[in-house]
Amino acid sequence: MSAAPPLPVERPAPVDTDPGPPAISVSGVSKQYRIGGREEAYRTFREALGDLVSAPLKRLRNGKQEAPTFLALKDVSFEVPAGQKVGIIGRNGAGKSTLLKVLTRITEPTTGKIQIRGRVASLLEVGTGFHPELTGRENIFLNGAVLGMTQAEIRSRFDEIVAFAEVERFIDTPVKRYSSGMYLRLAFAVAAHLEPEILIIDEVLAVGDMQFQKKCLGKMQSLGQTGRTILFVSHNMSAVTSLCDRAILLDQGRIVADGRPEAVVGQYLSSSLGSAATASWDDSEDAPGVNGFKLLSVSVRTRGGEPTAVFSVEDELKVEIVYRTTLPEIRFRVNALLSTQGTCAFVCVEPTEMVRGEPGVYASTVTIPGNLLAEGEYILGLSVFASRGKKDHLCRVEEVLSFQTYDPVTGSSARGDYTEGMLGVVRPKCEWRLERRQ
Amino acid sequence: MVSHGAAELSRTGALAHRRDQPVLTIEPPKGRASINWGELWVYRELLYFLTWRDVKVRYKQTALGATWAILQPVMTMIVFTVFFGKLAGLEGRTGDVPYPIYVFTGLLPWTFFANAITNSSNSVLSSINLITKVYFPRLIIPLSAVGVSLVDFGVSCVVLLGMMVLYKTAVTAQLLLLPLFLVGTVLCAAGIGSLLSAMIVAYRDFRYVVPFLIQIWMYVTPVIYPSSIVPERWRWVFSLNPMAGLIDGYRAALLGTPLQWGPIGLSLAMSAAVFFAGVYYYRSVERKFADII
Repeated sequence: MSAAPPLPVERPAPVDTDPGPPAISVSGVSKQYRIGGREEAYRTFREALGDLVSAPLKRLRNGKQEAPTFLALKDVSFEVPAGQKVGIIGRNGAGKSTLLKVLTRITEPTTGKIQIRGRVASLLEVGTGFHPELTGRENIFLNGAVLGMTQAEIRSRFDEIVAFAEVERFIDTPVKRYSSGMYLRLAFAVAAHLEPEILIIDEVLAVGDMQFQKKCLGKMQSLGQTGRTILFVSHNMSAVTSLCDRAILLDQGRIVADGRPEAVVGQYLSSSLGSAATASWDDSEDAPGVNGFKLLSVSVRTRGGEPTAVFSVEDELKVEIVYRTTLPEIRFRVNALLSTQGTCAFVCVEPTEMVRGEPGVYASTVTIPGNLLAEGEYILGLSVFASRGKKDHLCRVEEVLSFQTYDPVTGSSARGDYTEGMLGVVRPKCEWRLERRQ
Repeated sequence: MVSHGAAELSRTGALAHRRDQPVLTIEPPKGRASINWGELWVYRELLYFLTWRDVKVRYKQTALGATWAILQPVMTMIVFTVFFGKLAGLEGRTGDVPYPIYVFTGLLPWTFFANAITNSSNSVLSSINLITKVYFPRLIIPLSAVGVSLVDFGVSCVVLLGMMVLYKTAVTAQLLLLPLFLVGTVLCAAGIGSLLSAMIVAYRDFRYVVPFLIQIWMYVTPVIYPSSIVPERWRWVFSLNPMAGLIDGYRAALLGTPLQWGPIGLSLAMSAAVFFAGVYYYRSVERKFADII
């Protein structure tokens, strides 16, 4: 993979003087949807006429009945100073998309007020308004107009857009004949060249190949450096920590955290996955294990012994396996398997097959050093067996629990100040040395 | 402070610039719907591009291309001339104007009107991907559909020119009034089109109403027959239909038939009324589009 030039990670120092009017100011915004009720959903005119007759009767019979409602956003308030890059994170259904739709005027808030200073461009989906029958050239003009560019603006940036999208040769071909990669590049190129003061982006990076994602991230980074305000919704935690100066965590329509991206991302990951830090079984027949072995619990812990499911890639972590032996003098070894991205990253094998003499509860703990794991989700598997002399399989669980690792991008991890995607199931911090030889 | 002078200055410069920027305020809708004409004007290029897109796509995908715009009114004219003109004997009711060109001058604006309301009534539903993804004044959608039909109308006017030469129609000063009737037709089509498109979003069964509505509407409009067959004392009721007076207007402009300002004026006023009623209804439903669709 060809590496793009590394991007600086230093962030602008907070200015303590008056930063001027905020680019975006959101105060007390709520958005209510009716669910189940017939009111908002489309219906037929016949039903509407029917309701005209039956509704008053129904009301007489049942008293006043409100359609069930659902608050997608609940009293959301925040301000974004001009030039800030804000990541909005949260689980699916937390209200992220609704917030963006309200900010981009696709739908109106139920209560509250939003003030926006400067031209806004939104990129809620790449290729909005593209028509497959039209050529690349025609679609650039059409898409530009949809996004709010004037014809003169599009014309002046036309060459830049085509170059960014790398579709020079196919510019007069209908886009229905484009590969999906070309299509995406062209669509992103148009939006990225809109040059708005405020750019609102929803999950564009979820599509496209690595190369394309890198290019988009790079373009967004350079837009950010020119003092543009960026609002960025993503599930890509690394992108949020590396691109944004601030992150806002939404949960069930409310802001639950707002601050430095590392802290907010950490909180998000631990809140959504906290329960996975420990897997345990009642000391019963259901617990995994045979031939005198019963698994009681498996947990991942910090260096200090706290169970958690989120680790910085720089932190050491411990896997603690607790089990009961019901037979005397059994000999086995405990193995932990760590897999990520659908493949086994590595196996930790107990170095010798030890004999557990008295029946009882034992704990085997393995320490995984810091600066070894890559960013992402790891799945812990377990197998307990004996292979010397008498062969024996005592326990095998492929997925015991999972945990997350993230890179706070402070510059001290293996990625240094490189902020783009890195391949690999492990990311050991290897030493580099540069010397002048001649 | 002194050492920061330059930086401070440029920053306040940037601030001043930012303070000058228009502030967009987004608030829950309150009161009656209004139309932001200024914003529509700002987005006029989008209107142009959406119209251009549909025209281009249509002519790219069809084998006959622009011929369709010509074929439809010409075929209808031939059928009408044979059945209504010759067999039903309407020929004698059109004064000294030959029936084929008489019916054609009515059919052209009617075809434009009928196509415009058909296209625009379906326009909102078929633009779901735009409406749920990007903001722009939603009125652009039915308006651009009317625009597409207007282009077809322009194309089929070529045939009209040919027929006028063929029948040696004398051009009178009344031809200068043509734009007035065209504006009336556009207003009426935009009004009905946006009304129907919004109703179709709210009530899907309105889709089946549109073809029926167009059919009935044609029979109460003097397309096949001259409005002179309507008894004089009922003429005002007849002219409440905006298309009735407009089509008489087209004939007066193109064929030099006498101008009757009373019925035509009433129809023009009705067109304007229909336009405002349609777009205001559209605006009142529009805010819910993204939530309903």
